[in-house]
Amino acid sequence: MTEKKITLRVNGRTHELSVAANASLLETLRALGHVDVKSGCDKGDCGACTVLLDGKAVPSCLVLAAQADGATITTVSGLGTAEHPHPIQEAFADAGAIQCGFCTPGLILSTKALLDANPDPTEAEIREAISGNLCRCTGYAQIVEAVRLAAERLASEGVARPGAILPGEVARADQPIRRGGEMP
Amino acid sequence: MTLPRFELLQPASVGEAVELLASRPEAISLAGGTALLVDLRSRRTAPPALIDLGRIGDLRGVTQGANEISIGAMTTIAELLNHPMIKERAPLLAQACATFGSPLVRNRATIGGNVVHASPAAELAPALLALDASIEFKSVRGRRLVRAVDVWKGPGKTTRKADELVTSIRIPHAAGRWGHAWRKLGLRKADAIAVASVAVRLSLRDDGTCDEARIALGAVAPTPLRVAKAEAALAGKAFADERVLEAAKAAADACSPIDDVRASAAYRRRVVGVLVRRALAEAGLGGR
Repeated sequence: MTEKKITLRVNGRTHELSVAANASLLETLRALGHVDVKSGCDKGDCGACTVLLDGKAVPSCLVLAAQADGATITTVSGLGTAEHPHPIQEAFADAGAIQCGFCTPGLILSTKALLDANPDPTEAEIREAISGNLCRCTGYAQIVEAVRLAAERLASEGVARPGAILPGEVARADQPIRRGGEMP
Repeated sequence: MTLPRFELLQPASVGEAVELLASRPEAISLAGGTALLVDLRSRRTAPPALIDLGRIGDLRGVTQGANEISIGAMTTIAELLNHPMIKERAPLLAQACATFGSPLVRNRATIGGNVVHASPAAELAPALLALDASIEFKSVRGRRLVRAVDVWKGPGKTTRKADELVTSIRIPHAAGRWGHAWRKLGLRKADAIAVASVAVRLSLRDDGTCDEARIALGAVAPTPLRVAKAEAALAGKAFADERVLEAAKAAADACSPIDDVRASAAYRRRVVGVLVRRALAEAGLGGR
C-alpha cells in the first residue's frame, strides 16, 4: 500500500486527501497551495518549513503526511493575511524583522507557539524558542525585538484587535524599537 | 529532495507492532523521524517498509512506579523537558533534553528513537548512562530489560534484535543525595550535534566522602560510554580537587575520538577532560 487516505485540517479548512506513503507534510501542504510553508534544507535544520501541528511548532519536512492524518495544521497565512495581519506579523514588519522573508513564516509560527505557552518571555526564552529557525539576512536582533513587541502588544490588547499599526506610529508607542545589534 | 519509496505500516498497538517486526524483518521502525527521514532523503538507508509507531498511544507518557520512572519510548523530547516528574526525579535527563536539537526538533524527536539511532553523539545517552537507565525491548518472543551501559555497540548499532521494539526507558529511583551535571560542547549553542558531552552523578555524604560516581561521555568514542577508571578515582574517597583532576585525566585517556567535520580527535580528547572536571565541580556542589 503506497497510497494513504488522510484528513488534514489546514487553516480551518478540511482536506480529504490520498497521499503517497513517502510524501512529506511539507510537500503535501505546498501541493495544496500553501506555498507560505517554505522548503529549505529538508533536514530539520533551518526551520523554514515550520508549521503548527496540533498547536506545536514542528519542521514539516520531517513529518510524513500520513503521520499527520487527523491533525490540525496552521501555516503562517492561517494566523493572518496582508489585509488582516496577526499582531505577531505586524510586530515583525514594524520591528524591521523581515528582509527577504524566507525565514519569516517559520519564525512567526515559532513565535506563536512560544507566546501561546509563555505570554511574557525573557530575552533568553525568546532566543531559545527561535533557535531552530535560521535567518540569513536581518540578523536576530530585530527578530528578538519583534517577538518582544508582539508579546507586549498581545498582552496589552487582550481580545480586541486594532487595525494594522504603521511603522510611523510605533515611534510614538511606549516601547522604543531598537534597531541594530543592541539588545536589552 | 523527495523521500525514496517505501511501504508505510501503521500499527495501532504494541502487539500489532511486534507482529509486524517479526513478519517483516526488512522493515525499519519510524519514531519521531528527525534522524530517519534525513537518512532516507540522503539515501543512507533505503528500507522497503517503515513501521510508523506514532499511532501507539501506549508508547507515550511518563509513569512513576515504586522503584523507577518508566518513560514510553515514543515520548517526545519536548514532553520530557516539561514533565514535572522528570524535572523532580531525573533532572539530569531534563538538562540533556534542554540541549537536544532545536525546539522544533524536540517536538518530534523521541527518547526511544534517540536510543535506537545509536549515534555516538546521541544527546540523551550520557544522561541515561549516568542515571543507570534500562531499556525495555518487546518482541513476539517476550520482553527483556537491558542496562543502558550494555545497549550501544557501535555507531548505529545496538543490542536490539531485528524483531524487537523499544517500548520504554526505565530510570531507577536513587536513594540518598546525588549531585549531577550535564556538559555539552557544540559548535553553536542551539541545534548542534555534540563535539563532546559529559554527564556525571555523584553520591556524596555530609562528611564529603563520595560514595559512588558515575561518569559518562558522548561523542568521543564509537559509543557513548561510562568510564570505570574515572569513577574509581572518586568512589569511596573524600571529594577533592586532586581526585577530580585524576578522574578527568582518566576520562580523557579512556576515550577514542575521531577526527570529523566538527572537531579533531586531539581536540575532543583534550576538551572532554575539561568538561569532566567542570561537571564534577558542579555535581560536587549539588550533592552537599
